[in-house]
Amino acid sequence: MTALLSIAGLTAHYGDFQALFGVDLTLDQGQTIAIIGANGAGKTTLMRAITGVARVTAGTVTLDGEDITRHPAPDILTRGIAMVPEGRRLFPSLTVEENLMIGAHARTGNGFWTLDRVQALFPILKDRRHNPGTALSGGQQQMVAIGRALMSNPRVLLCDELSLGLAPVVIKEIYAAFPQIKDSGTSIIVVEQDIGQALRVADHVHCMMEGRITLSGRPADLSRDAIHDAYFGVSHA
Amino acid sequence: MILIDTLAQGLLLGGLYALFAAGLSLVFGIMRLVNLAHGDLIILGAYLILTLTTLTGLHPFLSVLLAAPLMFALGWLLQTHLLNRVLGTDILPPLLVTFGLSVVIQNGLLEAFTADSRKLSAGSIEAQSLDLGIVTLGVMPLLTFASAVAVVFALNLLFYRTALGRAFRATSDDATTAQLMGIRPQRIFAMATGIALVVATIAALYLGTRANFDPSIGPARLLYAFEAVIIGGLGSLWGTLAGGIVIGMAQAIGASINPEWQILSGHVAFVLVLLIRPRGLFPRAND
Repeated sequence: MTALLSIAGLTAHYGDFQALFGVDLTLDQGQTIAIIGANGAGKTTLMRAITGVARVTAGTVTLDGEDITRHPAPDILTRGIAMVPEGRRLFPSLTVEENLMIGAHARTGNGFWTLDRVQALFPILKDRRHNPGTALSGGQQQMVAIGRALMSNPRVLLCDELSLGLAPVVIKEIYAAFPQIKDSGTSIIVVEQDIGQALRVADHVHCMMEGRITLSGRPADLSRDAIHDAYFGVSHA
Repeated sequence: MILIDTLAQGLLLGGLYALFAAGLSLVFGIMRLVNLAHGDLIILGAYLILTLTTLTGLHPFLSVLLAAPLMFALGWLLQTHLLNRVLGTDILPPLLVTFGLSVVIQNGLLEAFTADSRKLSAGSIEAQSLDLGIVTLGVMPLLTFASAVAVVFALNLLFYRTALGRAFRATSDDATTAQLMGIRPQRIFAMATGIALVVATIAALYLGTRANFDPSIGPARLLYAFEAVIIGGLGSLWGTLAGGIVIGMAQAIGASINPEWQILSGHVAFVLVLLIRPRGLFPRAND
């Protein structure tokens, strides 16, 4: 079976600084994978490289057999990869509803996710639809950011640090939406520093350190020590 | 009575300044670009209307309908092939490039049309007035003001009621994240500059029918436009209209005291507003 998203030997730079070193991973249809790692491990850079925001200097990103490496970000979105960026990055001059609608800016056809369905997924967004997006609480802003990404009806949803700065109860509420998102046919890559959360939602976990994947496997197959070693780059030997 | 008449004339003059400024405000609001060639582009628009009027025999009010799409195309090309290349975190390159563009336009117009003053003839409407009892207002100044209000109203509708306007605002907020929404900022910028030059063409129509113009007067129009934008609050379209009115009224009041004070009074009003409200009268909340 061909992977939905395939990343091979991906290398990325910020100026002269190399942030990714030959990253390989695959995402199958309907799968959720989690990428864990400490600050500076290269997780966000990997997301930005996939979506065409960071400069890819080597390697390939293939979506459903089509090479989309170095395509501009808007092209990548129209091909079916949407991102929930770290820090939400809502548009301050847009209301909640406008922030959601802007996610459908490049959409050409019909799809499962409509404004009504997104508002049904996160009902608070309907109540607050006329508020400025940035006037909401952090958790509600995260819901807007997820809804905004879903409005493009993506085949692949990239979620960068969803739980960053949020209370555990809010994180739980946000992740409770994942089964519905998966049921809509969207495959998901979650970048998380919260290892426990990542292990709960993912079918497959990759741990990154210093721009490289240092550990991969199914959550059930990975021991606590192995994850600890890969995450912090230490050894029990 | 004289005071009311002075204020009314100032209000209507403010409409012309708002038209000068609306395009500048639009471009600044979306891409934070101060287009130093904006005044010269208005003058270029006036010459284009003059040329079309001469070639076709159409009334300037009809020629502007032909000139507007041509100016839109010019704006699109200018942004796509020149200005997009210099937009970035450094504000100096776009300033230098638009300054250079200003010089090129002035010299190009000088070569093509000489330094002689020209005027667009709107016919008998130029001399018509409306007697409202306490004041008598010229039909052309009234039309100018009504057009300024209509332009600002239309631009606000575009900004706040359409998908394109949403994309304008999103790109203005955060161009990188806008790309993740499938928005192509460079196209958005090209569209904005195209629309700005359509507004500049409307300004050119009223500038050309109201007074003489020659290739050298663009920078002074830019100055009025710039002052109106700053007084109104950067990026605020209704604020830009208010800014134009403040300058127009200040000039009218100054001229009523001493005709030599007309221009100076507008600049003094600009400085006073900045002293009292440094961010302008109606600054955008997120600027």
